[in-house]
Amino acid sequence: MEPLERIRDRIDARFGSGAATLVPNPSPSAQHSLLLRSDQAAAIAAFLRDDAELCLDYCSNVSGLDWPAAGHLEVVYHLYSMTCRHGPVIIRVRTADRGPGAAAPSLALVWRSAELQEREVFDLFGITFWGHPDLRRLLMWDDYAEYPLRKDFGKGAA
Amino acid sequence: MKGLLQGLRITARNLVGSFRDPERLTTVAYPEQKLALPPQFRSFPFLVAGSAEDPIGSLRCVACLICQKECPPACIHIERSTDKKPDAAGKPQFYPAQFDIDFSVCMNCGICAEVCPFDAIRMGQDYEIATEERALALTWNRAQLTRAVP
Amino acid sequence: MSFGDLLEVSVGPHHPSTHGVFRMRVTLDGETVVRLKPVFGYLHRNHEKIAESISYLGSMPFTDRLDYMNAMSNNWAYALAVEKLTGQSVPERAEYVRIILAELTRLLNHVCLAGFLLQDMGASGTPLMYAFREREKILDLFESLSGSRMMCNFQRFGGCRQDLSADWLREAGRLIDRFGPFLDEFELLLAGNEIVLARTQGVGVLPRALAISAGATGPVLRASGVAYDLRQADGYGLYPRFPFRVPYGTHGDTYDRYRVRVLEMRESLGILRQALATLPEGPVLDPKARLRGLRPKAGEAYGRIEGPKGEIGFYLVSDGGPNPYRYRVRPPSLINLTALEDMCLGHTLADAVVILGSIDIVLGEVDR
Repeated sequence: MEPLERIRDRIDARFGSGAATLVPNPSPSAQHSLLLRSDQAAAIAAFLRDDAELCLDYCSNVSGLDWPAAGHLEVVYHLYSMTCRHGPVIIRVRTADRGPGAAAPSLALVWRSAELQEREVFDLFGITFWGHPDLRRLLMWDDYAEYPLRKDFGKGAA
Repeated sequence: MKGLLQGLRITARNLVGSFRDPERLTTVAYPEQKLALPPQFRSFPFLVAGSAEDPIGSLRCVACLICQKECPPACIHIERSTDKKPDAAGKPQFYPAQFDIDFSVCMNCGICAEVCPFDAIRMGQDYEIATEERALALTWNRAQLTRAVP
Repeated sequence: MSFGDLLEVSVGPHHPSTHGVFRMRVTLDGETVVRLKPVFGYLHRNHEKIAESISYLGSMPFTDRLDYMNAMSNNWAYALAVEKLTGQSVPERAEYVRIILAELTRLLNHVCLAGFLLQDMGASGTPLMYAFREREKILDLFESLSGSRMMCNFQRFGGCRQDLSADWLREAGRLIDRFGPFLDEFELLLAGNEIVLARTQGVGVLPRALAISAGATGPVLRASGVAYDLRQADGYGLYPRFPFRVPYGTHGDTYDRYRVRVLEMRESLGILRQALATLPEGPVLDPKARLRGLRPKAGEAYGRIEGPKGEIGFYLVSDGGPNPYRYRVRPPSLINLTALEDMCLGHTLADAVVILGSIDIVLGEVDR
């Protein structure tokens, strides 16, 4: 698979400078990732899926992350290619803040497998996904008001 | 129709076989009959004591609290003594003034026995500890947990 | 409730088909499913949040309880993710032990699934009990090794907790030798059964493109014609040393999902024979491996393996502390349900139960 730097450069060339930023991972796993600008994330995701060389047709894992110190929430997607048998390419999208309006673009229309997983992130982290076909709580009940996987859950401030 | 009859033949063979072939009859009539437990089998933890005459006084536990900290469902509660007592080697050590395990929470994972640096807590094999009460009867105290190991 | 000619039925959340507390809101036109919305969460215990408050080791026994049929595979997936995060290496013998246990787990999962599936179709008890009889023999092996039949808590970061004894290996060899004839008999029992064929062939078709997009993995994906098996695609552990074939279907229907599993069991037997024959000597736990007080460097890792139900993965984020900062399970059972509605539309309610059975879910993992 082509190196992540080259993928970033190709995204930048196509979607404008700064569309993707490399996020290094200092751990021995060396699974570095690309941070996508959220307003372009859906288009970049479709590009990653349809590009002949990358053909990242399979979105394996979607997980939320809460960074209270940095003041934002994050969604991480682990992408692989079933056709070309490579991966992972890890992409991340950040919300502007951690407030009630925290939102990120939905990639469920690019990869169906994100559908239930984004619902779960919405349920447990409170990230609203724009363009999600069926955004409801997944595990908790509908009138439940909190987001259990946030770091401040159960510590008073909601 | 052929496939159906073929399946019925297999069923008949298993039914007849279960009367004479131990491979095909694998159940036992519990509780009258019990299966032998493998030596590795683990159920609930117990505290190791050195002597049967004075089990509480000969506990190996020095109340280091490692098992309490590592227990995944947090079912161990220990209160460390304020004084020290000599251990088997004569060295003064703390001991658990209180040691409770809530068996209604314990999930038999064996991590307490695995992390204990003194081999003071081990996994037992007794699986018939059911009671009619829900909580307190299953919270075993230091005396109930202690077992002398020769 | 009825809307004109449509009828909405809530199936579950009791065991609708012996698969756990899963609920489906099904809208029926006559007997035909026109809408199906799964409802989750009845077994939710926020496993991922609990893991953030305990040490890395403490989560290992909880992974047993995700997919409680396949504790050994879950343990391996979690150990693999932590090993990636810490750069921990695993001794050769331990890798063999892991492969042996994972393939035994695959056998017991698939044989049970075949039993459950036939139970869903109305073959009450008989095939399921034959399957359970064989499963129990594998569980006896697990019990004599790890101390527990199902909640094994066996893998450690950097190896395994116990070595396999000569006795154990002899028993395992005997079991593998007898499993082939059992499979032959089990297939004779129902493979040619006209009712089974009528209930499964052409029912619940999952097209290839949808299977990939919906992130289906494991036998569900392969039945749809994608020969994607992480044991070969990722080559984790020492799987590249073991030649085996990846069975895949062509129709993507319930029958293919059943057949793929039966064929996979036969391949697993082959892997097991090779692994038992070539098992090297040596330690099963890296001497530098740490049991307690693991504090990985800040960073993240995603480790995944081919579990019996599909890709089971763990995504871990460390902030340098003793507990994971974020611990995420990629649950194959949940994600394989993404396309459940697409597979059931146009079939009868009774078929929907069979289709659900053929996906092979465990609610401990779906709801976590």
